[in-house]
Amino acid sequence: MKKLRRKVYMVAGYNSISMGSGRKEFNPKKTMPGLEDYIKEAGQGTLKKIGGAKNVDECVIGNFMAARYNKQAHLGAFFPYIDEGLTGKPAISVEGACASGALGLITGIKSVLAETADVVLVIGVEVQNTVKAIYGADILAGAGWFQVRKNGHAYFFPGEFSDRAGAYFQKYGREKTRKAFARWYRNAVENARLCPTAQEYHNTCDDLETLAMTEPNGKGFVDHLNLYDCSKVSDGASAIAIVSEEGLKRIGIPKSEAVEVMGWGHVEDDITRQPADPTELATSRQAVSNALESSGITSDQIGTAEIHDCFSIAAVEAVEAMGFAKKGQGAEFILAGNTARNGMIPINTTGGLIGWGHPTGATGVHQAVTLLEQLTGKAGDSQITLSSARPYGLSVNMGGNDKTIVAIVYRKGDA
Amino acid sequence: MNYEESLQNVSVLGAAGKMGSGIVLLTAAEMADLSLKPENKGKTFVLHAIDVSDEALSGLMRYLKTQVVKVAEKKAVMLRKVYADRKDLIENSDIIDQYVFDVLHVVKPTKLLEAARDSKVIFEAIKEDPDLKISVYKKINDNNPRKPWFFTNTSSIPITWLDEKANLEGRIVGYHFYNPPAVQKLVELIKSQHTLKEVEDFGLMYAKNLKKVIVPAHDVAGFIGNGHFMRDILYAGNEVEKIKGEYTFAEAVYLLNKISQDYLIRPMGIFQLVDYVGIDVCSLIMSVMKPYMKTENIHSPMLDLLLSMDVRGGQYADGSQKDGILKYEKGKPVAVFDPGTKQYIPIAGFQEKTDKKLGAMPVVRPWKTVVNNAAKEELLTTYFKELKSLTGFGAGLTKAYALRSRDIGKKLVIDGVAFSEQDVNTVLLTGFFHAYGPINNYLN
Repeated sequence: MKKLRRKVYMVAGYNSISMGSGRKEFNPKKTMPGLEDYIKEAGQGTLKKIGGAKNVDECVIGNFMAARYNKQAHLGAFFPYIDEGLTGKPAISVEGACASGALGLITGIKSVLAETADVVLVIGVEVQNTVKAIYGADILAGAGWFQVRKNGHAYFFPGEFSDRAGAYFQKYGREKTRKAFARWYRNAVENARLCPTAQEYHNTCDDLETLAMTEPNGKGFVDHLNLYDCSKVSDGASAIAIVSEEGLKRIGIPKSEAVEVMGWGHVEDDITRQPADPTELATSRQAVSNALESSGITSDQIGTAEIHDCFSIAAVEAVEAMGFAKKGQGAEFILAGNTARNGMIPINTTGGLIGWGHPTGATGVHQAVTLLEQLTGKAGDSQITLSSARPYGLSVNMGGNDKTIVAIVYRKGDA
Repeated sequence: MNYEESLQNVSVLGAAGKMGSGIVLLTAAEMADLSLKPENKGKTFVLHAIDVSDEALSGLMRYLKTQVVKVAEKKAVMLRKVYADRKDLIENSDIIDQYVFDVLHVVKPTKLLEAARDSKVIFEAIKEDPDLKISVYKKINDNNPRKPWFFTNTSSIPITWLDEKANLEGRIVGYHFYNPPAVQKLVELIKSQHTLKEVEDFGLMYAKNLKKVIVPAHDVAGFIGNGHFMRDILYAGNEVEKIKGEYTFAEAVYLLNKISQDYLIRPMGIFQLVDYVGIDVCSLIMSVMKPYMKTENIHSPMLDLLLSMDVRGGQYADGSQKDGILKYEKGKPVAVFDPGTKQYIPIAGFQEKTDKKLGAMPVVRPWKTVVNNAAKEELLTTYFKELKSLTGFGAGLTKAYALRSRDIGKKLVIDGVAFSEQDVNTVLLTGFFHAYGPINNYLN
């Protein structure tokens, strides 16, 4: 990737609550906030921090399947609903399955680089609790190739990643891998308990690893994963502003409260093909490699990462794809405590997809907001301490079964 | 005749009732599952859902639609395999819709008893009226050339008596589902003196396929479930009478209901359970049992009094609770009926004062936190140890209640109703959702 023609920053992040089972407020029998409510909440949250709609040049919204979950398309036209001041400004909606949020970020970054905008408001949103999980599985299966849906599992994506887990068990051993899954779950929930917007914030289970060692039941679910290996069904939205140096001046936010985008990798793989090797995330590996190269850094300079742990097996394979662990050693890497909040490379410090939640179209933006907060020291109870040798943050957002990957490298704005 | 052939033509009598509708649901799903097996392609499976009113049958079909959708959603993983050769069914929603159609397609609602003339299997869940049952059995038996098998859901009438009165020659077995049949795992199986082995075998196979727990009981009126439940009601009623001097009727009912739920760790208190089943139904069951009990009087003046004032309990068609001995708001008791004033007395008005009189009590362990707890045994042992050490009024009342429940259970074995103490406990655990069996050593 070419060198960035000017500096790009992200500021003013906002996360709604990740709503769904586990949150005390969640009651599917009652009317819950809808798609437009989440868009408005997140949009206004960021606008409030950047001096209002008048400072915004362009808008981008990332969403996966509102057209099915909410029977609603044409999401760009919701920006004026957030604030009348956005009426008449350009807005665009982008989709790339569960990577829709990060595609929104990339789209915003490109607007700033193209110098058509100095301030871009980016929102990611998904409201999934409009249908039961068994029907949601149909909708989410749209992230795969529809021609193979018939032969897929009832829970299509858990089925796909269960197959990955089965292959990984066979190649590298089941017991230690399942233990790593359980440790991952424990880390995720313990981190989520430190973040008031997390879906698992209210989780009180005192023995998370034992719970997560529950044997998978292929008759009712999938063969190699249990429910604790999976991110939950979530409603939520996140927003952030992507700005140039001029934009920062316009909105009156110092660089110390922003993160700078150092580089990124955005890679697509053929949706019609099954992974060549289900024990690795080859596309993720390439995207992370591209992101590091474009940023001019190496993986040992990453101080914290937000990764796409839609399933625990995805986390194990991701730490290998990111170069933190060698192939086949992801489980040991996690079990050794390296990914815990006090470990070598704290990952998913507010819980990630399994702990914080996975409102699919919002996840990429949520990852950026979390890294913004961590790198600028605004992460509240979930704040980690970064060493000066590892000043960078990395987000990896995945669409489908390792098909659309966006990896972004960040650094504190005034570093 | 094999199992599948027997299930090709079934009738359910009293199909729109609380028990009947559950039996229709379970049976229709089982029949649809059989019809979807490759080896049964082309065979017809028919369930005649027979009841007395069009309105009730219409309600049955609405209930079935809702419930079958839930069943299909739950077994979607398996259904994808069942419909693997249907290229037009791709998404879960396509498959669930098809399964709902296939199950409902089996069910033929009708008011005509004649529809049962071709059925091999007859499930009967009509009113607990011995003469009515005999009359219906005879009508079907006299007109059905297939020598049908009768599975009666009676919870109290001796099966041998029904068998002999209707001249069924052993083609009957007591097959007592618990309410609601779609949820409760328990089925009490009661043979008459003449029950044919093929009838029993079918009943066992059907229960196995439906993942039900069969508990055999001897043919003694009330069997195990109601044998315990009715005596439990009588005991609670007697206790109300005993303490009525010191407490008002409403307070006494509240207390007995409270201790039987909160302090005996049951899913609901004894009087709430009476309301759930229906005061009229409980009274009817007692009247059926009474003539067969030589040494005890199975009869509740309290229930008679309430019924005389048209206080009946039971449930609405949507499953919500009607007011009975207790008045309910959002499913929770909020007042107690007072026969003296014919008014409901709000519990909030006397609750604090009455609770205080109980004296020292153990910390309440809500039933739902205990029943499926992996450390249940330890929890119960600790709980009852504490209860045992307490000597106040409430603790005494609770301990006496638990011991009486144990005695009732033991007597069911001594009287030859249950085959074993384990069977008694299984019935209370699976049919009444108790957290522990009544025959235990917690208070020894």
